[in-house]
Amino acid sequence: MAASNSSDAFVEFERVQKSYDGETLVVKDLNLNIPKGEFLTMLGPSGSGKTTCLMMLAGFETATHGDIRLDGKSINNIPPHKRGIGMVFQNYALFPHMTIAENLAFPLEVRKIDKSDREAKVKRALEMVEMGDFGGRRPSQLSGGQQQRVALARALVFEPELVLMDEPLGALDKQLREKMQFEITDLAHNLGITTVYVTHDQTEALTMSDRVAVFDDGRIQQIAPPDQLYEEPENSFVAQFIGENNTMMGTIKEIKSGVALVELDGGEMIDAKPVNVSEVGARTRVSIRPERVEVDKSRLKPGAHTLKAEVLEFIYMGDIFRTRLRVAGNDEFIVKTRNAPDQRRMQPGEQIEIGWLPEDCRALEA
Amino acid sequence: MSDTASKAPVLAADGTPLKRSLNRALRVQKMRALALIAPLLLFVMLSFIMPIGDMLFRSVENQIVENTLPNATQELAKWDGSSEDLPPEPVFRALYHDMFLAAELKRHTRLGSRLNYESTGMSSLFRQSGRKLDDAGKDYRKLFLVVDEAWGDGATWQSVMGGAEGATPDAALVKAQKSQIYRLDGEAPRGQLDFAPSQDVSALLPLTAREYTAFAIVTSLIKKDDLAATKPFESLFVALADDLSTADLSGYDGPGADNLRALQASGLPTPNYTEIFGEMDKDWVNIETWRTIQIHAEPYTSGYFLNAVDMQKTPTGVEMQPEDRQVLITLFVRTMIMSLTIMFSCILLGYPIAWLLANLPMRQANVLMILVLLPFWTSLLVRTSAWKVMLQQQGVINDVLVWIGLVADDNRLILINNETGTIIAMTHILLPFMILPMYSVMQTINPTYLRAAKSLGATNWTAFWRVYFPQSIPGIGAGSILVFILSIGYYITPEIVGGTKGVFISNRIAYHISSSLNWGLAAALGTILLVAVLILYWAYDKIVGIDNVKLG
Ligand SMILES: Nc1ncnc2c1ncn2[C@@H]1O[C@H](COP(=O)(O)OP(=O)(O)OP(=O)(O)O)[C@@H](O)[C@H]1O
Ligand SMILES: [Mg+2]
Repeated sequence: MAASNSSDAFVEFERVQKSYDGETLVVKDLNLNIPKGEFLTMLGPSGSGKTTCLMMLAGFETATHGDIRLDGKSINNIPPHKRGIGMVFQNYALFPHMTIAENLAFPLEVRKIDKSDREAKVKRALEMVEMGDFGGRRPSQLSGGQQQRVALARALVFEPELVLMDEPLGALDKQLREKMQFEITDLAHNLGITTVYVTHDQTEALTMSDRVAVFDDGRIQQIAPPDQLYEEPENSFVAQFIGENNTMMGTIKEIKSGVALVELDGGEMIDAKPVNVSEVGARTRVSIRPERVEVDKSRLKPGAHTLKAEVLEFIYMGDIFRTRLRVAGNDEFIVKTRNAPDQRRMQPGEQIEIGWLPEDCRALEA
Repeated sequence: MSDTASKAPVLAADGTPLKRSLNRALRVQKMRALALIAPLLLFVMLSFIMPIGDMLFRSVENQIVENTLPNATQELAKWDGSSEDLPPEPVFRALYHDMFLAAELKRHTRLGSRLNYESTGMSSLFRQSGRKLDDAGKDYRKLFLVVDEAWGDGATWQSVMGGAEGATPDAALVKAQKSQIYRLDGEAPRGQLDFAPSQDVSALLPLTAREYTAFAIVTSLIKKDDLAATKPFESLFVALADDLSTADLSGYDGPGADNLRALQASGLPTPNYTEIFGEMDKDWVNIETWRTIQIHAEPYTSGYFLNAVDMQKTPTGVEMQPEDRQVLITLFVRTMIMSLTIMFSCILLGYPIAWLLANLPMRQANVLMILVLLPFWTSLLVRTSAWKVMLQQQGVINDVLVWIGLVADDNRLILINNETGTIIAMTHILLPFMILPMYSVMQTINPTYLRAAKSLGATNWTAFWRVYFPQSIPGIGAGSILVFILSIGYYITPEIVGGTKGVFISNRIAYHISSSLNWGLAAALGTILLVAVLILYWAYDKIVGIDNVKLG
């Protein structure tokens, strides 16, 4: 499952389990290797155990079972303050009674770095996040985005090799978020630090990360680079969780040279790429991205299966058109088409025929 | 917008300046808000501001001397207190008649008590003299009756003093005497006085007219007796003898003119008031007595405040009280030091509890909270008395210490009826007032701050000391102010467990209010306490900043 082998792993989770109450496992058998310099994102719905994993890594929670290694050394028994891991919290956790400069100097002070050195480092870190003029202010005198940057600078000022961020952009508006996403990745890559980033915003995960680990129910469902995750989801959870997806239930009729023939519950036949189904006769959930649906029959391969559809709704969204169709009894089938000069705008009530390339349609376990 | 336009006042849609229409709009809101808090405002006024105002007033108010002895104080003002001579005769003369009236209304003892605060012995001097005042009058009465039996009769006096039929009544004198009696008695004499001295008589016999008018007011308006049927005051005989010694009766033809002439001719001795007082009590011819009265005769005095800081007024200026009467400054200092001690022990004990409250899981925190609040459910008196049981030499704590072997049986600790007792009991009683504000502040401190500090490399202690503690200071501040202010004015607990060495200034105030009845001194002590608290509050605001105080 993991993309890299354990020899060059900087952070390793080996068979880690965690339970808070002794009854339920919040993290179930986690295996994860993160090579040096990687930007890894943990993505998943609320309560899936992302923060718990991060806290175990930071040392604020102990693993119930298993081993966590940092740079080859087990850190299970090292207290948090000796782990040297930088951390950015969701609410920033800037100390309200200290100025920005004092906040930044704090990790250096506790490391007994002398004053002139400290000041130079604080200055450099503040300039790195373009907050050079704000050293004398209190956190409450800064905007959300500025506080965010300071929190980042504080996590980086003592030059940790690993930085953990737990939904650091959660409180920011969309525009600022996008700006900060870019700045964070940029910084992380320039400084060559390993980053573990937690979010439940999939766009954020996809745009920022080298690899994304999708969490659900205490397990990693899939860990892969963003493009692979989006285009080749390995199970129906990932397919549904990442991006928008049209799904239909059906039964495998035959599998031949990497293409499965699926009979939908309404009786229609379609082609799909089998992912984690192999038996003929098994129930399957086929999934197709709205932007991969073809409404223009001429662009389909000859012999491809098509479905009849009725247009229910047409939404103009600027760069794209979003059309809601009724396909094989499913009223929520979405098609996205590019707003191009030659693109047709479909009218509600119109009867059309749709199809797709078999490799874009994935047959997953039900 | 151009520069000139931006400087002109902004106008609202109807052309009025925006500021004014905004004010108008806000006024209605303000009035409504004011109406809403009006009951509270009224309550605060009545229950807080007015009593404090009254206390401030009482601490300087000293009209009792002037009200009780109006004429004597006036005369006494002319006397040079630093001289070695007794006050002149007119002072004694005025004193005699003032005292007599005061004694009739039983007001002279109050003045005696008041002056007793300044110089012991005054109280008994006034009380005893009040009784003996009659003696001189009785002597004169005998002489009068020898001349004419009719002088023993109230009706004779009334007709003599009222003057001839149709004589002009001396309304001004009646008014003046009424107001004097009002000030003396504290209550205005009510009702219609069916007597007025005639102007002729009051010109001829001024002292008698004055005193008789007072007698008439007291008899018919206060005691509600029949003027003609009541025996006149003994002092009236003295007054008349006094007046007759100088009066020229030759032109007088009013009622009883012959009788008066007969009296004058009978060779009555002119009253010597100095002698009269000298015979009553030799303290009256002691110059110190008069100095005391003169110094404390002003209607507003700084005397109470001086007394409150162990000083006193003397003819030569302000001086320290004699050593054996200096207790109050020591008591103030002790109150401060003990309040500070109690405050610090509350901080030391309360901080960990508040921390636990704020950081324990809900269930345990609730149980602990109940334990913290439990003391509030028992009466303060019961809790304090319980400490008495605990702290006695044969009490639980000593027993345990002896049993463990920390203390020898014949050397048990004295934990009660001294400072230790007060500090222990009051720390216990005021602890919740420290814990609650601390807790409510600590509750708002997000635990991620501690995690953040640790992730930045701080040890547990550094994280606590550099990050958690500074954020909890507002709670400590609030709790400290609360505990300090409460303890500085605490009364019941020191009274019960403090013995003599562990009492506070408030116990002294209570003593002056309920036992020695020196309300002026009590008010001055209270005012000093109030000012001390305000100064401390101000200093706290300067040093820590009052916005740093959070109760939640
Ligand atoms: N201190 C705790 N005590 C008990 N249970 C906890 C504790 N912290 C988290 N949990 C439980 O563990 C599970 C995982 O929580 P976690 O905080 O790791 O989720 P998450 O993936 O970070 O979710 P989110 O996206 O909402 O932050 C949840 O079911 C949560 O209720
Ligand atoms: Mg979380």
